[in-house]
Amino acid sequence: MSATFVREQLVAPMEQPRSNVGTPAWLQQKLFGSVLNTVVTIISAVIFAALVWPAIRFMLIDAVWDGSSRVDCLAETVGRPVGACWPFIAAKFAQFMYGFYPAEEVWRINLTYAIGIVLLAPLLIPPVPYKVLNAILFFGVFPVVAFYLLIGGVFGLPHVETRVWGGLLVTLVITFAGIIGALPIGIVLALGRRSSLLLVRWFCVIFIEFWRGVPLITVLFFATYMLPFFLPEAWKLDPLARVLIGVILFAGAYMAEVVRGGLQAIPRGQYEAARALGLGYWKMMAFVVLPQALKLVIPGMVNSFIALFKDTTLVLIVAIFDLLGQLRASFADPNWATPVTLLTGFAFAGMIYFAISFAISRYALYVERRLSTGVAH
Amino acid sequence: MKRIVGVLGIALAIGLSGQADAQTLKTVRDRGALICGVSQGLPGFSNPDDKGTWTGLDVDFCRAIAAAIFNDPTKVKFTPLSSKDRFEPLKSSEVDLLSRNTTWTSSRDALFNFAGVIYFDGQGFMVRKALKVNSALELNGASICTQTGTTTELNLGDYFRSNNMKYEVIAFGSADETIKAYESGRCDAFTTDMSQLYSERLKLSNANDHVILPEVISKEPLGPLVRQGDDQWFDVVKWTLFAMLNAEELGVSSKTLDDALKSKQPEIRRMLGVDGTYGEQLGLTRDWVVRIVRHVGNYGEVFERNVGASSKLGISRGINRLWTKGGIQYAPPIR
Repeated sequence: MSATFVREQLVAPMEQPRSNVGTPAWLQQKLFGSVLNTVVTIISAVIFAALVWPAIRFMLIDAVWDGSSRVDCLAETVGRPVGACWPFIAAKFAQFMYGFYPAEEVWRINLTYAIGIVLLAPLLIPPVPYKVLNAILFFGVFPVVAFYLLIGGVFGLPHVETRVWGGLLVTLVITFAGIIGALPIGIVLALGRRSSLLLVRWFCVIFIEFWRGVPLITVLFFATYMLPFFLPEAWKLDPLARVLIGVILFAGAYMAEVVRGGLQAIPRGQYEAARALGLGYWKMMAFVVLPQALKLVIPGMVNSFIALFKDTTLVLIVAIFDLLGQLRASFADPNWATPVTLLTGFAFAGMIYFAISFAISRYALYVERRLSTGVAH
Repeated sequence: MKRIVGVLGIALAIGLSGQADAQTLKTVRDRGALICGVSQGLPGFSNPDDKGTWTGLDVDFCRAIAAAIFNDPTKVKFTPLSSKDRFEPLKSSEVDLLSRNTTWTSSRDALFNFAGVIYFDGQGFMVRKALKVNSALELNGASICTQTGTTTELNLGDYFRSNNMKYEVIAFGSADETIKAYESGRCDAFTTDMSQLYSERLKLSNANDHVILPEVISKEPLGPLVRQGDDQWFDVVKWTLFAMLNAEELGVSSKTLDDALKSKQPEIRRMLGVDGTYGEQLGLTRDWVVRIVRHVGNYGEVFERNVGASSKLGISRGINRLWTKGGIQYAPPIR
């Protein structure tokens, strides 16, 4: 009996082959797995280095950090090649952020941002409760509060004309208003375009095709300089308001087509099942079709929003200075006219645009993954 | 659809431009502020400084009008306009006047009223020293960077055609892009108004490698303009400029103003409203010139401060000197 060999302990697991674990293995497999891979890796590395190294040199190593005028950013004064002229950004920073908003009233903008963040953050973090209340506060109450806080003229706040708004403030106001306004308009138009009522359908088709057929720059120009000819004096709208309406209608038309794409992707069975349960048109749309359709088109919507965010720069042609407009105006200051001013300014604006766009797109990706758990379409 | 709307808009714009608001001065008074169309950024003429205040020659002219009307140079709102889209806002009464380095030409005067010349400019060329070109006449076959939507492009064509030279235009939307394109070697020469050549040269990394050629190929009288059909407002704008020139001619500056008010010279007494009611005839107040000079200064002061020797641009007065000093700046008398 004792001769029978029965193993009483498990053999200790052997280590993975060295060629399979750790960074070297990863590098070997992913980057240098085949001849083609190796070639592509090397070429990419060369391109990367050729682009990134000069950027780092320009923005950090050769950059000038202190100074009070153009003289401090000239190669003659510094005695070496000069990279970014950061004192220029520092001197103009308030203008880039707030435009010509009176300095003693800037706290109102900051307060608006703070309220916005306090309301938005819990809305974006899924586990936080009271989503409905939160959404009402953010999408319904916040725009009103922000409006009065920024414009003033109530509760003893001095009135600040939209003419002096500028910089990132205008960029964010237009984007935010565009997103909040475009989504409901887009949904209504998309539903209307698929409606069986001929008149409704035709109206929506014409509306969408008109706004998609006209370039945004034309819309803005028309709204700002042509409407005053048609409208009586008393109807004169604030220039920024005119631009906002133009942007909302424009973005709404695009949003409509995005949403329609989602509606078309929902199988017929879903509609029929909803009907069979006795749901009317609106309930069917609100509880069965739209939740699925909107989830499907999140990438498309985010795409539109990011495009809208960057399209706001077009308002420069109607004499409203967004971030980029403010930047261009400050290039004209002879006090800061240097060879690197232009590059510094654009590098700075690029970083801001990138940071915001990237944040939006990463968050959207996160939402998309969360919503599609266990669902395969 | 777009075309129909566009045609409609243009037709209406043309149809309605004649009936512009004929009481601009009253509108400005009721509003409590002047709305002035300026450049979106032109060094020395209109640009925001570090504090976000608009400064420059064109800007100071707007402030002078505000000073004359309200005795307060800060009662101006600036609407920054691009060179392409500068006229529509004036037409549609979005601005009260355009003080935006605009060249006075017959076709523009047919649609608007130019109030005078605040700066006599002319178009010139900048080239690299290495090109070894000493005259614009040696630029045959050159590629030339310029800005779209300005008279610059047209002058360029005229000059090269009349001298039987070939050229290639590379046009850009803004001054910044144009100068960068020139610097990066996209073209052999850079052309724009002389005043701007000096300011753009500040943006080049070895400014000494570039020369400004001596030829001035065009007349660019830059001046403020207003809508047609409002003679009173036209006079106010015109005489604000004349007042600044007359003040310099008579030696009245913001520093010598208090002494000048006690002067016995009849011309000075008339100008400053000590004698006569010349300001009231224009729809302003008796002390209108005092207000302008006290708050903004005379023409010479404004020139020096913004584009002249005491500014970063350091442009010499040249033909913008008064007629008494060998220039061509001349204003009719106040009497």
